[in-house]
Amino acid sequence: MFKERIIRLLDLTGMQIFEPIIRLITGENPREQLQKLALYILLPVCAFAVFLAFWHVAAQNIVTKYGTLPAPAQVWKEGRNLLASHYESREQEAAYYREQETKAAEFTANATQLRSLAAEMPEAKKVKALEAADKLDEKAESALTKKYSASPTYLDQIVTSLYTVFAGFVIASMVAIPIGVLCGMSKNFLTAMNPLIQIFKPVSPLAWLPIVMIVVGAVYTTAPADAWFEKSFISSAITVALCSLWPTLVNTALGVASIEKDHLNVARVLNLSWSTRIRKIVLPSALPFIFAGLRISLGVGWMVLIAAEMLAQNPGLGKFVWDMFQNGSSQTLAQIMVAVFTIGFIGFMLDRVMIIFQRSVSYESTVSA
Amino acid sequence: MAFLELQGVSKSFGKGPHRTTVLRDVNLSVEEGEFIAIVGFSGSGKSTLMNLIAGLIPPDEGTMTLDGQPIRGAGPDRGIVFQNYSLLPWLTVFENVGLAVDAVFPSWPKDKRNAHIERFVEMVNLTPAAWKKPKELSGGMRQRVSVARALSMNPRMLLMDEPLSALDALTRGTLQKEFERIWEQERKTVVLITNDVDESILLADRVVPLTPGPGATLGKSFAIDLERPREKTSLNRDPRFKSLRNDIVNYLLALQGERRQAAIELKPPKLTQREAHRRSA
Repeated sequence: MFKERIIRLLDLTGMQIFEPIIRLITGENPREQLQKLALYILLPVCAFAVFLAFWHVAAQNIVTKYGTLPAPAQVWKEGRNLLASHYESREQEAAYYREQETKAAEFTANATQLRSLAAEMPEAKKVKALEAADKLDEKAESALTKKYSASPTYLDQIVTSLYTVFAGFVIASMVAIPIGVLCGMSKNFLTAMNPLIQIFKPVSPLAWLPIVMIVVGAVYTTAPADAWFEKSFISSAITVALCSLWPTLVNTALGVASIEKDHLNVARVLNLSWSTRIRKIVLPSALPFIFAGLRISLGVGWMVLIAAEMLAQNPGLGKFVWDMFQNGSSQTLAQIMVAVFTIGFIGFMLDRVMIIFQRSVSYESTVSA
Repeated sequence: MAFLELQGVSKSFGKGPHRTTVLRDVNLSVEEGEFIAIVGFSGSGKSTLMNLIAGLIPPDEGTMTLDGQPIRGAGPDRGIVFQNYSLLPWLTVFENVGLAVDAVFPSWPKDKRNAHIERFVEMVNLTPAAWKKPKELSGGMRQRVSVARALSMNPRMLLMDEPLSALDALTRGTLQKEFERIWEQERKTVVLITNDVDESILLADRVVPLTPGPGATLGKSFAIDLERPREKTSLNRDPRFKSLRNDIVNYLLALQGERRQAAIELKPPKLTQREAHRRSA
């Protein structure tokens, strides 16, 4: 049934709070649904309102060197300003390219005109005219290829951060899952790896960062023009990977080690090869654990990334926060708070996405954390 | 030499003073196409015997041969129906059977493979549920999938480890009927392990009791010469069935009695607290 499908979808995405609304619309026991609504929606909304009120009052009493602490309304306004300046910047960029295009069109038009005139000129003049026409063509070319340069907007920074965290997350998963599988399958391998895992797991991203930056600087020597990625991007991504691979590794190892013995017996009776056993039995069985690990990893990665960007001045939200701090204008605090909420909201959304993945691979039961 | 031959097989678990001998000097011969049932009390080492024949654990002593070849490790020539079904929960009924078919007949073209899977899913009457996952199925249905999977490998023999003991009485009855029908069709060599004497007589050609453990071994075997197909309801009134059941049950109880007698004599009767209090007053 349609309604049940929607409710199941809400459950899968962890948005059960909207379930009463669906049930209410279809007229299912309105009294109970209203009660649930009050509980699931009104209560959090109230708590948030109380938080805003507290913030509003407290902000007025805290005076910093940049003025009073911004109240929620100011932060909201600043958020809209950042968005507006993004659109403005995009507008300028578009205008710039339009202008370049008209310039280029003018140059090519002049060039063709010159060439048609040159055809009727005496030989000596003709060569010079053609040369001039070629120069005009070159100018048109360069007008078209010249890139617009402006400092990245707030939204650009968000996109850079997301891109970097995904790159780091992918690197982490590619390292952590195979090692985790090996750890789970072989006790000896786990014993061998255990000291390394235990020592590196608690290391803060701030300690990794300088090493990563120096090593990347030394190893990644491709000229900036030919490079696919920027150095700063690579060092951020690797730092994220180094810090976020541990939860996935440990969870994968646990998931693989706790495979039901009966399932392994099935593999033995069927005489499955090593690779088939991993693909058909071990990985599917450990998948819920692996995804639980990936979910934690992505959360850790997102936190680490902001710190890494701040410290290393790598482009992204962290750099934005740091730049604002250094600017020290009257909007500084409000802009940083916008960044705080943005970081929080994106982290929340990433977690939601991972929950959906996690639930869609869990085969034991539909209800999980 | 018989089709399946066990000679002097022993198996112990644990180390040092905690070492317990589960099976001691087990001898068994099963002819090709024979259906034998091994009955015993719980904890007597039935599952250990089954794991030995399956090749999942090696024996400490003794030899085991299948069609003259020594049994080394598990293999698809012995299809196993586990007590707890052992289906892969992330695969559908069709895919669970398919995994076995792919492993045993990797070179088959797709349509031959699918037809083969469908045949066995149909044999256990699960065609309507072919695309369901195990968690959507009842216990009886899951065990049917397990049977379909074991048979789809075209094994030389079928090992069933208490396949019905986790099911309710009604489902059990239905499945017993189906097992008999399938066996009539396939005529595989079957070793059924069970704790249900009625079930063993209903299904098997020969019933072999396992003496109570530790150090269990196989007792004398009872040939079941009742004609097939056997009907449970009419069997219940059949005097031959009754006398067989009495013989087997009495034999099992006598075996257990010998062991228990020793244990009981050592224990003084227990007094309740109140009685103890009254006596001392």
